[in-house]
Amino acid sequence: MSLKRNWWKVLAIVLVLYTVVAGLLVPVPRLDIVNESIRNLYFHVPMWFGMTIILTTSVYYSIRYLRTPTARLDTLAHESAKTGIVMGMLGLATGSMWARYTWGAWWTSDPRLNGAAIAMLIYGAYIVLRSSFTDEQQRARISAVYNIFAFAAAIPLLFVLPRLTDSLHPGAGGNPGFSNYDLDSNMRMVFYPAVIGWTLIGFWITQVSSRLEFLKQKMYEKQLA
Amino acid sequence: MQKDFRLEWRQRAALNGMLLYVGSTVFVCYLSFALRGGQLPAPAWNALFWIILLFTAVNAAAKGFLQESRGRLLYYYTLVRPQAVILAKIAYNAVLLLGLALVGFALYAVVLGNPVQDVPLFVGNVGLGAVGFATTLTLVSGIASKATNSSTLMAVLGFPIMIPMLLLLIKVSKNALDGLEFEASSGSLLTLLALNLIVTAVSYLLFPFLWRG
Repeated sequence: MSLKRNWWKVLAIVLVLYTVVAGLLVPVPRLDIVNESIRNLYFHVPMWFGMTIILTTSVYYSIRYLRTPTARLDTLAHESAKTGIVMGMLGLATGSMWARYTWGAWWTSDPRLNGAAIAMLIYGAYIVLRSSFTDEQQRARISAVYNIFAFAAAIPLLFVLPRLTDSLHPGAGGNPGFSNYDLDSNMRMVFYPAVIGWTLIGFWITQVSSRLEFLKQKMYEKQLA
Repeated sequence: MQKDFRLEWRQRAALNGMLLYVGSTVFVCYLSFALRGGQLPAPAWNALFWIILLFTAVNAAAKGFLQESRGRLLYYYTLVRPQAVILAKIAYNAVLLLGLALVGFALYAVVLGNPVQDVPLFVGNVGLGAVGFATTLTLVSGIASKATNSSTLMAVLGFPIMIPMLLLLIKVSKNALDGLEFEASSGSLLTLLALNLIVTAVSYLLFPFLWRG
């Protein structure tokens, strides 16, 4: 465990610890309705950043898999997608709790919320698709095809659609969005490290679970031999 | 490519079945709403129409690959490039869904009333929607046909990808229902067109990998 190769894990720990401490202690601007719940910015929004980045990584591995089919790339794509799902779920949970106390409802029909739910459905379908093959190579290839196809067909729209319609969600339809908070440098000091920190944590989770999967595959091969 | 299209056309046994499927679905909707009596409110009319189209599309497009026997797929494989197969399938599905959608719309308008104020826009939107469903579902049916329990998988894989498209379609057709001017929906129409192109391009690129298995 040399520091040279694992500096980013240290960075992740430091940044997330900093986010948790500073996110709860550093003063925030007093805004109507939102009040203290604005601190959710440090936990909810980075989840979506992290999810998008990690799902993009998953698609990247899927494309590489189609070019050079190896079990390693398939596992990496799968584990990245799983981490992305976990982060998406956390994003939904934090967002839902926030909505309960600011909008008064756990869920509202909002393009962003629905978009997030659709993204979760797509990756749920990806997991289901993976489980319905018996042949490993076929499973790897076809789920890679679906991963790329679904990403290309749906994800861009999930970013475009909320901007086309009015929305309750901060940052859309004339609601106080991130640009209003931009003026507050205190928040920026916490928000950017939070995004980087949570994303790195996501990569770390992916790395650990991929390693576990590689070990399982090795054990399986040994048992067969 | 043309030959492939003709091959597709020759096995259109499903066509009559699909026509009847649309017809009976519309009729069931008509009967169940007629019990309440009176005209459907416009948003409900719109939503019901698209749901009927969605399910018809999934059923029709699923036939594309699921019906193919293993032997015939191998035969195509020796005959043509995979790109030609996917383009032909997309074209065939697009024409099929276009026909089904228009017939569906006509029937639907006859039995449930036609509150549409801007018919050309609505029909154009239905056309774009049918082509969009065809492009999306063709590759999905190719994927699903490789897996076990493929008919469930078809809906599970297809619906989430189609929801964004469906939202845009419903928005535009609501505009057409209310007779808003064309500028109100031109942006969404362009997005739909772009989306169709993206999906076709991605299908074109990805299908050879699917085909190899």
